[in-house]
Order: sequence, then structure tokens, then C-alpha cells
Amino acid sequence: MSRLSIRKVAKTFPGMHRGVPPTQALQPISLDVADNDFITVLGPSGCGKSTLLRLVAGLETPTAGDILLDGTPIAGAGADRGVVFQSYTLFPWLTVRQNICFGLREKGMPAAGQREISERFIAQVGLRGFEEHYPKQLSGGMQQRVAIARALANDPKILLLDEPFGALDNQTRVLMQELLLGIWEQAQKTVIFVTHDIDEAIFMANRVVVMSARPGRIKAEVAADFPHPRHYTIKTSPEFMALKAQLTEEIRVEAMAADH
Amino acid sequence: MKLLVPVTRESRILLGVAFFVGFVALWALLTWSGAVPKHFLASPWQTLLSGWDLFANQKFGLDVGMTVWRVVGGFLLAAVIAVPLGIAMGTYKPIEAFFEPFVSFARYLPASAFIPLLILWVGIGEAQKLTVIFIGCFFQLTLMIAMIVSGTRRDLVEAAYTLGCRDSGVIRRVVLPGAAPDIAEALRQVLGLGWTYIIVAELIGASSGIGHMITDSQALMATDHIIAGIVVIGLVGLLSDVVFKRVNQHLFSWSLQR
Repeated sequence: MSRLSIRKVAKTFPGMHRGVPPTQALQPISLDVADNDFITVLGPSGCGKSTLLRLVAGLETPTAGDILLDGTPIAGAGADRGVVFQSYTLFPWLTVRQNICFGLREKGMPAAGQREISERFIAQVGLRGFEEHYPKQLSGGMQQRVAIARALANDPKILLLDEPFGALDNQTRVLMQELLLGIWEQAQKTVIFVTHDIDEAIFMANRVVVMSARPGRIKAEVAADFPHPRHYTIKTSPEFMALKAQLTEEIRVEAMAADH
Repeated sequence: MKLLVPVTRESRILLGVAFFVGFVALWALLTWSGAVPKHFLASPWQTLLSGWDLFANQKFGLDVGMTVWRVVGGFLLAAVIAVPLGIAMGTYKPIEAFFEPFVSFARYLPASAFIPLLILWVGIGEAQKLTVIFIGCFFQLTLMIAMIVSGTRRDLVEAAYTLGCRDSGVIRRVVLPGAAPDIAEALRQVLGLGWTYIIVAELIGASSGIGHMITDSQALMATDHIIAGIVVIGLVGLLSDVVFKRVNQHLFSWSLQR
């Protein structure tokens, strides 16, 4: 049985004002994600890929269909689905360590346990020495590393990332991709990663799900079976380039459709 | 001068003091030159002497103490109710829809206009003074806090939900700490508002307080006392403002340089 099962899930947003027609963000979508799988969802802007992620996170309710996590329908947001957002969502009044412990404290974990877990994740995302810093003292890349650690510290069943590196410069973004992939290779988590960056989608994923222009639907599913651990040099391998060419073509058609 | 570029600490103090010096110099010029008659406007030196006389011989310290206690008392009463109500209105929109229209209406009712009614209702004692301050501060504060809380960052709220918070946890751990610096700033501003109302409340039906002293001095045409009283009000207000600002900066250092 797959860990996450999305069954004919559709989403329509009502019109904001009278006379404005409702917006259909997602056509009925079905997708199964296996335990420890790493799925990237690739699509042009406004295709509904973030909506899909927010539905799984429980931050939006589907207009139709069901989302099952380990066979249980999800109802609202919960600690079993960790989310990393594109915008910087660290709590500015908490230090790096307090941010990472946020969910643990909510669970009522004793301070010693919180400390032990936060130590581990601070080390894993390379932020030793920054434990007592406040978010405003950190760069964008560091803030997103804390956000990843904060989500993982809760030990969620599934990790959802919504263009987490979208606001970072290119060099930082590549380093962050390797960091996250390294964590996944070690920890084995079920991950859904939304992006509009084709390189990123292929490099990170076991499987790339390509979405159509709005109203979004799944247009293609492509396996990205490069061996692990992956090194950034695979981005220039012929296999990678071939896959990239294929996905570029798929996305180009959709981006043009979205533009009309 | 470049746009929006901060000045150094030294020049900030220098510029601030410079205005006071210029202000007093103009005041001195107007009075000493005889351009303005003495019984209309006392000179700075005369005011200083009168101020000394008030404190040393006429127990003005007691009046100042009474006024401070009335402002702080009425302000605290208003804050104790306005803060939770404003937070409830900001977080739960039906509560806001219920209270907001009335509070917006009541905000425009001048607190001083209630003084004759309040004398009828609660007499001329302390309750009347506290009520005037309460009316002057409460509605304003409630609306400000509701607006601040409504502005809570949605993405932080969503992040808290995905980290396992329930509604109560989101309010306690995200809404409150996020809004706290702005709420403290709103309290500081509304306390200043309280100072403008208290004197009016003390002008009518009071037997102590700075306002009472001013009314008494009016009967005696003692403009030097009136001006000394006004200056003291300004100084006490400035002092409370500085203390409030310092405490806010200390408590909410994370929110500086946003």
C-alpha cells in the first residue's frame, strides 16, 4: 500500500467578488506516493502545483476527492505532514534552536529530549554555532535550512516542500539541493517537492510529475532513476541532458498554453 | 541630507535639544522685550520660579501624583479589557463583526463631552476621572489592537498549524508574540492620549490634580502657574513615553530593524 494516496482530488476557488467566476485550480488528480519515495512536481507558474501541496498539507480542503495518509483521510493540517514554504516562515521572535524545537514543544516533549533532537538537526543542516541567532541575523539559505530542520525535527510521515529554494540565488540553491538530497539519502523520508526548475526537479527526484497549465492535471510521470548518492556532476551527464530535453519540451507547451 | 538615512546618536540629541533651546529663546524674547504683556504670558524665568514655588510651598507634588495615578489607573482599566477584546476581535472575525461597528462609533465620541453626564452619574470623585480616561482610551485601544492582530502573518500561522499547533496554540505561540511589539507601541500612544483627557477632567469638579491647580490659577490670573503646570504635564508625559519606549525596545529587540 502506498503511503500517500491522492484520489480524484479537485480544487475550485470561489470568485472573490460577485460576478467573478470561480477559478478551477486543479482538475481531478490521482497520485500515489510510496514510502520513502521522493517525488518532484514540476509545472509552469499558476498550474496548481502549490495548491496540490497545500491540499496534502491540509491548509486547503479539496472540492472533491480524498487524500489518504497511511490509509486514513487527512483532516486539516497536522504534525504528521511537515511543510517547508517558499517564503521565510521562521518565527522571528525565536532563536534558531527555539524554532527547530517549536513542534517538539507543542507535543510537550521534555527539554532534554528537545535539546538532543535539535542538536542533531542543527548539525545535519550545518548550523552549529548559530543556535542562538535570530532569523533576521541569517541569510536566506540559512533560514531555509532552519525551516527544513524545523520540519524534520517533528519526524513527519511525509515532508512537503513548496519551491523551498525559489527565492535563493543559483549557487546557494544548488548547495541546498545537495544538502536536502544528502539528508534524504540518510534519513529516508517520503518527500513531495514542488518546483518550476527542471534541473532541480530531475536532480532531486525518483519520479518527476509534470503538471499541465491551469486547471492543473498530471500530464506525465517520468522516472529519474539516477543512482544515489547523487553528485552535482550528474547534471551534465548525457542521460540527465536527455531527460531535461524531454521535460523542457513538455513544460514549454504548457507554459505557452498558460500564456494564452 | 539623504533620504531615510539615520542620523548618529550625537546629532540626534543635539538637534532635539536645539529645538528646545530655540523655543525657550523665542519665548524669552517675546516676554522680555515686552511684545507680549506679562499677565498674558509669563517669562521663562518667572515660570521656573513659579514652578519652584508650587512644589516647595503649595504641595504641587501631591497634585502631580494624583494626576499621574488617575491617568495610569484609567489607562490600566482600559488596557485590561481592551487588550483581550482586541485580540479576540482580531482573531475571530464574527466577534469583530459584532463589536467593530459600535466601537468605531464610540471612538468618535469625545471623552470630555461625557464629563457633565459622568458628574451626574458617578459624582465628582475619583470614579469620574478614571471613567473619563477609560472612555478616552478604551475604544481607541480596542480598535488598534484588533487591527494589529488582524495583520498577523498568515504564513506563520500556517507554519504553526503544520507543526502541530491547534487554534489555542497558534494564538498563544504565534499571534500573541507576533503582535506584542505593536500592541506595546499602541499602549504607549494611547497612554499619551490619556494625558490629554485628564486635564479636561480635572478642570471641572476636582479638588486636586494639575488641572485643578490650573483652574485655581485662572481665577487668580496667575499665568505663570498655569504655564508651569503645562510644562510639568509635558515633562511627565515625555518621561512616561521614554520609559515606555525603553521597555519596549528591551522586551522586543527581535522586532527592531525589520
